[in-house]
Order: sequence, then structure tokens, then C-alpha cells
Amino acid sequence: MVLDLEKVSKWMEGSGPHADIVISSRIRLARNLKGIPFSNLMTKQHQVKVIEQVNNAINAPGVIQSVGKLNLYSLKELSPLERQILVEKHIISPELAEAQGERAVVLRNDDALSIMVNEEDHIRLQCLLPALMLHEAWRLADAADDAFENELEFSFDQQLGFLTSCPTNVGTGLRASTMLHLPALVLTKQAGKVLSALTKVGVAVRGLYGEGTESQGNLFQVSNQLTLGHSEEEIINNLSIVTVRLADQEREARELLRKQNLWKLEDRIWRAYGVLTNARILSAQEALQLISDVRLGVEMNILKSPDQRLLNQLMVQVQPAYLQLKNKKEMTPFDRDVYRAQMVRKLLAMPS
Amino acid sequence: MLCERCQEKTASVHVTKIVNGKKTELNLCQECARELQPQLNFSIPKFLAGLFDYGTDFDVTEPQVCERCKECGMTYEEFQQTGRLGCAECYRYLASRLNPLIKRIHGSQEHRGKVPKRAGGNLRIRREVERLRVQLKQLVEHEEFEKAAEVRDRIRELERYLGN
Repeated sequence: MVLDLEKVSKWMEGSGPHADIVISSRIRLARNLKGIPFSNLMTKQHQVKVIEQVNNAINAPGVIQSVGKLNLYSLKELSPLERQILVEKHIISPELAEAQGERAVVLRNDDALSIMVNEEDHIRLQCLLPALMLHEAWRLADAADDAFENELEFSFDQQLGFLTSCPTNVGTGLRASTMLHLPALVLTKQAGKVLSALTKVGVAVRGLYGEGTESQGNLFQVSNQLTLGHSEEEIINNLSIVTVRLADQEREARELLRKQNLWKLEDRIWRAYGVLTNARILSAQEALQLISDVRLGVEMNILKSPDQRLLNQLMVQVQPAYLQLKNKKEMTPFDRDVYRAQMVRKLLAMPS
Repeated sequence: MLCERCQEKTASVHVTKIVNGKKTELNLCQECARELQPQLNFSIPKFLAGLFDYGTDFDVTEPQVCERCKECGMTYEEFQQTGRLGCAECYRYLASRLNPLIKRIHGSQEHRGKVPKRAGGNLRIRREVERLRVQLKQLVEHEEFEKAAEVRDRIRELERYLGN
């Protein structure tokens, strides 16, 4: 099956609870196969064996019935550009994209369900949905996990739960996260304060592409820190509550901005729209910041269009690898900036 | 005192290094000290490894099961370098040092989440017994003795199964 990278992934649809602030919800489960060493001690044979077992499992009738048709792609057979696009679409980690050896990614047609094979753990099953849909994502991940467990034997300990390569993931092996757009908290200089308070309730804050990355375009990723000692439902509930609280804080900050100086806010938003629809050269960073301003304008009813789906699409399509895929060739950074501006103008000119 | 490295400038920095329990001391000038200073290069595995290194407040009365994982050969020291374990058995063979660390990270040493059907063994049944006991208590409190008797029998049945 040919990998279609240009399609709109499920998470990019932009509708659902709190979609004005929460871009996407993710559930990730770490699992390892019994009797095979963890990834840092794996030989090529071990890696091949894991991929084979996963490939057999995704073709098992029980799995297909439970979660639908899945396709496995060997990362070796994807070009660096294609791997980078999977990173830009938040489907694989930057580490997996760069890793040598036998690695794979499993995708469902809508990208809502995916598996990283031979990343830090043998299996990292992920469900990625739009808006605040952590519970829905968990139900899908849980069903997929059950279906896979019928085909594969996981390393599990009655005391410690699912055993993982790093003890920070042991237990549930669950990392739940939401991606939030918090421009008003950034503009009112509250983001740092609010986000640093989260660590006290067991929630970690990260940048756009996960661990060790910076925030771009006012996007923040929050996730649970602890994986042991609480049930999956408790972890997910806790993160949902934190996410809703953050969304409330952001809405308050938006109203504050509106009250303090509406002219200034409108000016910022219309300028951003003006630049996006007219610029001839756009860097990815500038584009992300402008998209953030325009998104704020749409959500505060200052702008009527574009809709959230198009904004999410833009967010992915302004990234370097995606642009090069679209243009069907590698480009210099300058050529990319020119092409990016062209593409943004074209997309925004379309009636939405 | 002159710098022990360049032998030119006055030493103003005293450096103590402990590598594998061996202590070395150096008196250096500002420039040499700066050159010798390890680069600040933040890496997540190293940061995690440092976290695992921190403190040795584990319970020393607990017997050391084994220094090395009998399955893959990894030692706790090797784990500290990378922050990654070698295999699932490491959790068993390195337990005496790993468990206090897990407790420190998670504040718990007991999995309360999902139990897989195949690999979960008796844990699913034990959880079920726990759940039924709570139910039994509530039924007795509400004087629903007939239902309580049914639940009690079910608990006995499961406990017999666990006993075997």
C-alpha cells in the first residue's frame, strides 16, 4: 500500500469539544514483547522478529475486526523526506525518523491509530484525535491493545504492570497528552506562570514535537508524568481536567485582551491575515506565528474565515518536508520560503 | 601557587574530581579551568540517568538479589549510564536497586491499571476478589443477605481457584 502523505489526518479535522483551544488529543501505550530484549540491546534479528510479529498481528481477523485495516511501512523504505513528514504530522517521533536499523510504522487510513515499531519500546501504540477527545482516544487504544494482546504476548509483571525500556513509563505505559493553542496566555505573559504550576499536579509541558522541543506558534503539549500507581481512567481524567482548566484560563485571557484594547488586538489579527494573504517570502516560524494570530482571530469572531480544519492543514503544510513533497523536489531554504508564501496565499484564497 | 596545567598563571580554581571512587585534585588558573570544564550539553538520556543516580536512600536491609541481570547481563551501573533497561527481566534481577527508584519516580510501586488477559495471570482474579469484597460489605450493610451470600460464594470459588 502506497503511503499517502498529503491527505488530512483525523486529528487535523478541527472539530470536537474545546476545539477552539485544544488542537488534538493523544493516547500512547508502551508495550514490549515477551522474551525479546528491549530496544537498546536488540540485534537486527530481534528487530526483524518484532516487525514480523506486529505485521502478523495487524493482519489477524480479530485485530481487523476491532480497529480496522492497518498497514505497516518499513522506515528503511521511506525517504528521509517522507519520514520527516510523519514527524510534522505528529505520527512518529523525531528519534524514530532518524534511527538506523529495522524500524517500522503502522498506520490506519485516517492516521487516528498508529504504531511505532522498535522505537524506545517494541510497540508504541498511539491514538490521535482532534480537539479534547482523550476518553474516545483511550477507548480506541484500549480496544486495539486488547486485540493485539490476543495475538502477541506482552511483558507484564503483576506488581509493576507493563514493563518498559525506561522505568519512567512502567505500569500503565500510558502517556496521555493534549496539544493546546494558548496565544492569549502568551500575550498576557501568563503562560510561563500557569504552565510551571502544572508540574505540581503531575503534568509535564512540552513543545510542539514532544520531548525536548520548543514551543512554536503558541502551541503547547501537556501530558501526564506518572504512569504507575493510578488506573488509566484516573490518569486520563486528571489530564482532561487540567486541559479544561487551561482552556478556561486561555478564554479568560482572551476576554481580558478584548476588554483591554480591542483595537490593538484587531490590528494584530488583521495584520497577520494581511501578511499571510500577501507575503511573497515566508519562513516556517513566521508562518506559524501568523497562523496562530489568525486562529485567535477566528476563534474570537474577529475574522470569519478560514476554518479550523484549514488552519490545521496550514500548520502542517507550511513545514519544510511537506512543502518539498508538494513541490516534488528538494529546495533551498530560500526557495522554500517563496514557495511557502505562494501556497499559503493559494490555500487562503480558496473559499472554505 | 602556579596553575598545575599551564605552569604560567596563578592558580585560582581548585578542582576535585571523583571518577569511579578515585579522587584527583587540581589547582588551575581561570583559563585552564574553563578549557577543562565539560561542555554543557543537555541530553535527555543523560538527564534521566542523572535522575536515577540521585541519592542512595534505598532500603539497605533488603537483600541484593543480584548485581547483574541474569537474562541480558545488564548491571545497574550500565542502566544508570543510559537510563534504559536491557530486558523485562532486569526489573526482577535489579529489583533491589530499581524498586526504590521506581518508588521515587512514581510515588508508588503498585500497578493499578489495566491487566492484560493473557499475561496478567492471577492478577485479574485478585482484582475481581477485591471488587467483590467491597460489594459484599455494601450488601451486608444494606441487609441484602441473599445477594450477599451469592457474592460470598463467588469469592470463595475464586479464592479456591487462586489457592490451586
